Amino acid sequence: MRNPQLNANGELTHLLTLEGLPADVIRHILDTAKPFTSIAERDVKKVPLLRGRSVFNLFFENSTRTRTTFEIAAKRLSADVINLNIGASSTTKGETLLDTVDNLVAMNADMFIVRHAQSGAPHLIASHLNRTGRGHVHVVNAGDGRHAHPTQGLLDLFTIRHYKQAFPGLTVAIVGDILHSRVARSLIHGLTTMGTTEVRAVGPQTLLPTAMSSLGVRVCHDMREGIGGCDVVVMLRLQNERMKGALLPSAGEYFKHYGLTPAKLALAKPDAIVMHPGPMNRGVEIDSAVADGDHAVILPQVTFGIAVRMAVMSIVAGN
Amino acid sequence: MSLPDAESTLTELVERMRGAVAFDARFVGIYSGGAWLAERLAAAIPGDHPVGYIDASFYRDDYARKGLKPEIKATQLPFEIEGASIVLVDDVLYTGRSVRAAINELFDYGRPARIELAVLVDRGGRELPIEATYVGARLVVASDLSIVLAREADGSLSLRAEGAEGPRHA
Repeated sequence: MRNPQLNANGELTHLLTLEGLPADVIRHILDTAKPFTSIAERDVKKVPLLRGRSVFNLFFENSTRTRTTFEIAAKRLSADVINLNIGASSTTKGETLLDTVDNLVAMNADMFIVRHAQSGAPHLIASHLNRTGRGHVHVVNAGDGRHAHPTQGLLDLFTIRHYKQAFPGLTVAIVGDILHSRVARSLIHGLTTMGTTEVRAVGPQTLLPTAMSSLGVRVCHDMREGIGGCDVVVMLRLQNERMKGALLPSAGEYFKHYGLTPAKLALAKPDAIVMHPGPMNRGVEIDSAVADGDHAVILPQVTFGIAVRMAVMSIVAGN
Repeated sequence: MSLPDAESTLTELVERMRGAVAFDARFVGIYSGGAWLAERLAAAIPGDHPVGYIDASFYRDDYARKGLKPEIKATQLPFEIEGASIVLVDDVLYTGRSVRAAINELFDYGRPARIELAVLVDRGGRELPIEATYVGARLVVASDLSIVLAREADGSLSLRAEGAEGPRHA
């Protein structure tokens, strides 16, 4: 079966995952995002690319931040944005996911931004649209289960390229709850596709998937070994519910071993950058002195995220 | 077909603009050919002419049919557009659609006092009511050919005709 996110010409029509996405498609997205960054600095923070198109934010799982950045990106492209809080409506009345989609297509939706707790939900919607001859309605995955969060992965790649220029030669450490993280999964696929020299997964055994090394990743359980000599340190958010499942003893214990402090960061390269997808837990995975320090590029990530989402939306809608 | 020499056409364009453009006009080149020309014109024409660059891909009217082209450049206008005298610069004026897109983008930065248009070559074939203020040379070109400006390593400019079957050097 053809990769459902590419059309017959190999062009991106949906964005579902970075896994298997060719390097030239990723590069095209990153290159296109660059000129979008300057639009935020103008008097009129809008371009007319998606004028007259309707973008539906279809969030089956809550996320104010991701939904807001997609909404801003769509509005800066002059699209009409409709926010649907699905959790509170149709599904509770028993409507299936694809029936909900068909109803919205009947309202002339041009694009769906989908966030869902179930892995594969955006893929299901895209395949359904392709199969029923409605591939001109585009799907962008805004995070599905533990599977993928491709726009977050792309904005991380954009941020790394912005500060470090190229991927070959770089060592990138991803620290924390990689087992439950779709952010980590998307970033790992993107980094390896773009030719990053070394990607390390750093965390306790209970939070690292067992098949990690098959992704071309070096596994480290020791934080000092994990971030030693790194160019980029990506800290993941530690979700509080992990403590309940006996995967971790306590937040304090976690911080002691894996929390990023100035002392641990000193083991990375002197010009290393520190990233975090947000929202941060200060004092759990990251020390405030690092989060607010010179190495942190956490707020630029947020700004770049809007440009990257503008690039993704305008590329898929044009194909 | 024979194309005029780009360097001598540029000299003629400079002669036509000298004394005609405002002393403080900002030159805005449309990527990529127009950007090279804007730099050359700003250096050759007396006055204080800061140079800006525009890539109007986000304003094009063929997006719905063709999508986004690869390698879009960032528009850079390092001066106020509000109240400014602008000379938009492009290499070849054909349908007028690129110029329309560039004018639209300029207005999202402010309201210029005046926009003029300088082109190295006007090849006719307009699809919009747009005309250049300053023209280097007028050409009649078969519609299946595109005329492109190239810049050599030493900075010198040349015009080339490219057909569907690949580049033809003229």
